[in-house]
Amino acid sequence: MSALAVSLSLPFPRGVLPYLVGGLLVGLGAAIVYLGTGIIAGASTFLESTLSYLSGVERFNRPAYVASRNWRVVFTLGIVAGAALWAFALSPDPGAWTTEVQPWRLLGGGVLVGVGTRLGKGCTSGHGVCGVGSRSGTSLVNVATFMAFAIGTAQLVQALGVHP
Amino acid sequence: MSERGLPFVTVVFVGGLVFGLGLAISGMARPEVVLDFLQFEDAGLLFVMGGAAFVTGVTFAVATRYLDRAPLTGTAYARRLKSFDRNVVAGGVVFGVGWGLSGICPGAAYASVGIGNLPILWAIAGMFAGAYAQGYARSRLAG
Repeated sequence: MSALAVSLSLPFPRGVLPYLVGGLLVGLGAAIVYLGTGIIAGASTFLESTLSYLSGVERFNRPAYVASRNWRVVFTLGIVAGAALWAFALSPDPGAWTTEVQPWRLLGGGVLVGVGTRLGKGCTSGHGVCGVGSRSGTSLVNVATFMAFAIGTAQLVQALGVHP
Repeated sequence: MSERGLPFVTVVFVGGLVFGLGLAISGMARPEVVLDFLQFEDAGLLFVMGGAAFVTGVTFAVATRYLDRAPLTGTAYARRLKSFDRNVVAGGVVFGVGWGLSGICPGAAYASVGIGNLPILWAIAGMFAGAYAQGYARSRLAG
């Protein structure tokens, strides 16, 4: 009951349905790969495993990365294709969408995301979806940490008058 | 991968397709939606992570308990359990600051390319640069 009371007091200006349906599909996509192959797919190992095509740096050429780099490219292309399928075919309002968030925020935030996800052994999909789904203590600590710092950072940037 | 054959490639692609479809429908491919969540203006993302973790949680529980090995690879079903060390917290801090600054994370960034959001390539370039920097630094420190 208390969870219901909390949820009723939260803001949902876009409703709940697209979030819930989207989340269930994200989980289903990970479940399809898992049930077929036994692989727990995260999105961010792709960054390092793909670098092994171009770089001789030892870290990127670990056997686990070289062995998985091809299917990680396939998985990522699937993500791009699935999102395009929604945006340009299935969506009630089809067409390209472009962010207004400023390039320096995207680039600077992207660099920190790239460092943080690899240092912390996973991202929103690896820790947030698959790790939490595994009830992994490591993942719960990582998710609680990045949530707290993401909320603090976004609110600080907003308070400094940066928009969007 | 090629030696694993077409069924393997197909399952990985279709899984990615459904994953990306979900990211697009949920709005996570739009940095604005993520920033609204982090600024306490739209709590919808709770249902994205909650819904996704619910599905993977049920799937992992059923597969590890009642199923044996994955048909396409022979891999035994297991949960995702990574070892804990201080990097897990340090990485979470850096990731969180980056996510809060940009409103975008790796999977959502790939999906964002799919919805035609070309400025997201700034973020993806940054992610590759960040991943390269930490890998280079760690390889140097280890060597």
